[in-house]
Amino acid sequence: MLAFAIRRLFEALMVMLAVALIAFALFRYVGDPVNQMVGQDATLADRAELRRHLGLDDPVIVQFGRFVSHAVRFDFGISYQLKQSVTGMIAERFPATFELALAAALFAVVFGIPMGVYTGIYRDSWLSKVFLTVSLIGISLPTFLIGILLIYLFAVKLGWFSSFGRGEVITVGFWRTGLLTISGLKALVLPAITLGLFQMTLITRLVRAEMLEVLRTDYIKFARARGLSDRAINFGHALRNTLVPVITIIGLQLGLIIAFAIITESVFQWPGMGLMFIQAVQNADIPVMAAYLLLVAFLFVLINLIVDLVYVRIDPRIRIYSKGTG
Amino acid sequence: MILRLLVVTFAVLCGIGASDGPTKTLRFAAQGGLNSLDPYALNETFSQGTLANVMEGLIKRDENLKIVPGLAERWEQLDAKHWRFHLRRGVRFHDGAPFTADDVVFSAERARGPNSQIRGRIPADAQVVKVDDYTVDFILTAPNPILNYEWETWLIFSKSWAEANGAVHVQPASATALNPSALKANGTGPFMIASHEPGTRTVFKRNPNWWGKTQHNLSEVVLQAIPADATRVAALLSGDLDLIDPVPVQDVERIRQSEIADALVKPELRTMFLNMDSFRDELLYSNVKGKNPFKDARVRKALYQAIDIETIKTKIMRGMSQPTPLMISPLLFPLAGEFHRWPYDVASARRLMAEAGYADGFELGMDCPNDRYVNDEEICQAVAAMLSRIGVRVKLNVMPKAKYFEKIGPKRYDSSFNLLGWTPSSLESYGVLTNTVRCRDAEGRGGTFNFGGYCNPHIDALLNSILVEDDMAKRNELIAEAFRLLHHDVGTIPLHQQSLAWGVSRKINVLQRADNQVRFEKIWMQ
Repeated sequence: MLAFAIRRLFEALMVMLAVALIAFALFRYVGDPVNQMVGQDATLADRAELRRHLGLDDPVIVQFGRFVSHAVRFDFGISYQLKQSVTGMIAERFPATFELALAAALFAVVFGIPMGVYTGIYRDSWLSKVFLTVSLIGISLPTFLIGILLIYLFAVKLGWFSSFGRGEVITVGFWRTGLLTISGLKALVLPAITLGLFQMTLITRLVRAEMLEVLRTDYIKFARARGLSDRAINFGHALRNTLVPVITIIGLQLGLIIAFAIITESVFQWPGMGLMFIQAVQNADIPVMAAYLLLVAFLFVLINLIVDLVYVRIDPRIRIYSKGTG
Repeated sequence: MILRLLVVTFAVLCGIGASDGPTKTLRFAAQGGLNSLDPYALNETFSQGTLANVMEGLIKRDENLKIVPGLAERWEQLDAKHWRFHLRRGVRFHDGAPFTADDVVFSAERARGPNSQIRGRIPADAQVVKVDDYTVDFILTAPNPILNYEWETWLIFSKSWAEANGAVHVQPASATALNPSALKANGTGPFMIASHEPGTRTVFKRNPNWWGKTQHNLSEVVLQAIPADATRVAALLSGDLDLIDPVPVQDVERIRQSEIADALVKPELRTMFLNMDSFRDELLYSNVKGKNPFKDARVRKALYQAIDIETIKTKIMRGMSQPTPLMISPLLFPLAGEFHRWPYDVASARRLMAEAGYADGFELGMDCPNDRYVNDEEICQAVAAMLSRIGVRVKLNVMPKAKYFEKIGPKRYDSSFNLLGWTPSSLESYGVLTNTVRCRDAEGRGGTFNFGGYCNPHIDALLNSILVEDDMAKRNELIAEAFRLLHHDVGTIPLHQQSLAWGVSRKINVLQRADNQVRFEKIWMQ
């Protein structure tokens, strides 16, 4: 098990190095950060001096080497725009994104799995058809449109929730949380639904398909023949056997939720990393972009690792096979 | 540092609920937030204009942009090269230190010192001399009738505070360590900084000891950055905000119909115009080889006359633009009245093209930003369609501003035809002309921001006389002459002044300035 984790961590480093290298190759095409840092009247000499100071005249490979040598010490430089340490900025904004992602994932699981089970068991009931229609909407409407519709309906028309921001936050140690205040929780509702809707429909449809599959198998028939209760069959045997692919998807989707909270965060002005990233792209703020991409790559690798470990817990067959081959 | 900031923020948030008496909090959202609180670190309208609520200059401008006394009570010119400023007495900085001539001399040194982005505010070779505690002389090497034009945003630092806080010099734009002054500010203005999260949120609180006559009733202002247009508008309409800047033109009507908010619209100072590359001997991105059609003034005029500016105004800008014949807002040039646009006339444009030998037109590459100006991309699309009527087949190349300015700007100037907007930071014509019309070389020496490379030695000669002309009437006449030459030679194609649009809650009264600066000191809240 330990060897497995160490091998995975090594792979993670390789992935992150590759991501950083590709990112640096692309940064040449994002535009000129210097123009975004000075006023319109700044002279050519001032601009050239600034460019030289930032090391933007150096070849890509030199810039990359410098970045990596600092990054191993968790020093991602200073944001061109905000003149703050990028590590500090990420530490400040990560809690916001993480809480949003977690709330969205929770929403997706809590509603997605029961809806999937229900539509799997009662295929032809009208409620199933309603669930499936809703999930069709969730999967086909783009996130920003859902966000704007929710804002329009629940903030502008009904006035139930605030239209943007994170509400009041409370600082616990280094973590700034919005989960402990009423306004913080209220502010979380709309963005979490917006971000989680796609994942919810995905889980609903996946669980439904898996349930339909499993319910046809022989051991379910035998269980019925033994006279087990529907409840025991559906949840004890059928659902449990559908969970391996569902957990994979949830895990990977959590990574996606964090990485692609960008759109939801910009629609709701959620002060997280996605918003920081999109602003960095607009201003060609290279240190912020590099650090963000690296962090996202790291999260994906980490989540994959966790998913692998959870598999082993849930499905004994994987444990046996990995022993056999490894 | 960050932790302390958070604690302060939290304390302030709690403070709002706890303090007694009616608190009036203005909730204000703009596209971006404040970054550094050092006003010398970035020469940009929004930062400078917002910080002018906290720190003050020797002069101020009223809502019509007329110069009025600020930290200087009055001033006189002893002779053409010698200005004397009499400072206001009894003014104190937020930390309690008195404001004196030493602070002005220090600020002048700082503004011209290393890393300052506002060096243009004060001539580099001017001597700034303290006469007594409340008198400062500026001794120039050449006459300069507009010496104090930009001084509303030359914000005065406290010398003692800067020395105590390590802010004697401006932090370089490439700095790797934060200067504490970047997160704090100490001025003489009507508001003080209560907390500051760079780029995100800044809280201002009323300065009870301000020297001026208080015309506002705000106890606090919360500035937040909301870049997404739709979110900003929705937040105003749902009552979460009191003031937003800007409002996208397509949302102005919707806001006006709302019961709780209204939209204020006014022509802005920024002039939008088109640059044609008349610099290169062969036009880039075109099928014309071996020569450059834009070297012929008839071709430039043909393009000008083929553009239906009224249609752009009504269809694209929804009435919220002011077509202009000049490169400067008529508000800022007293002789603007004599100028008129070349009329929109496709027949005349075709004739001019034929006379120049391009009866069948030519291919033309056009560069355009899509996130910089009001409806920039749509304007370029309309221009492209209009030019097709005289046979000019435009290949439009649209890109975000970070790419755009890298491509069309110094030193590449890699563009044949492009859209640019220019705000006269000096609030007069010389700054516009010398930056965007003066001749330049391929490296950008001269008129660095002359993105078409148009060159007219007569205009350059006039600019050199304007720079040193001390008599305002004569100076204006010289400027008018330069504009006449530019107009007749069609060096650029001016389009319009775009409008600035603010969304305001019906609870507040606010005066809208044409330079798009928000002054909290004039806001009244019900």
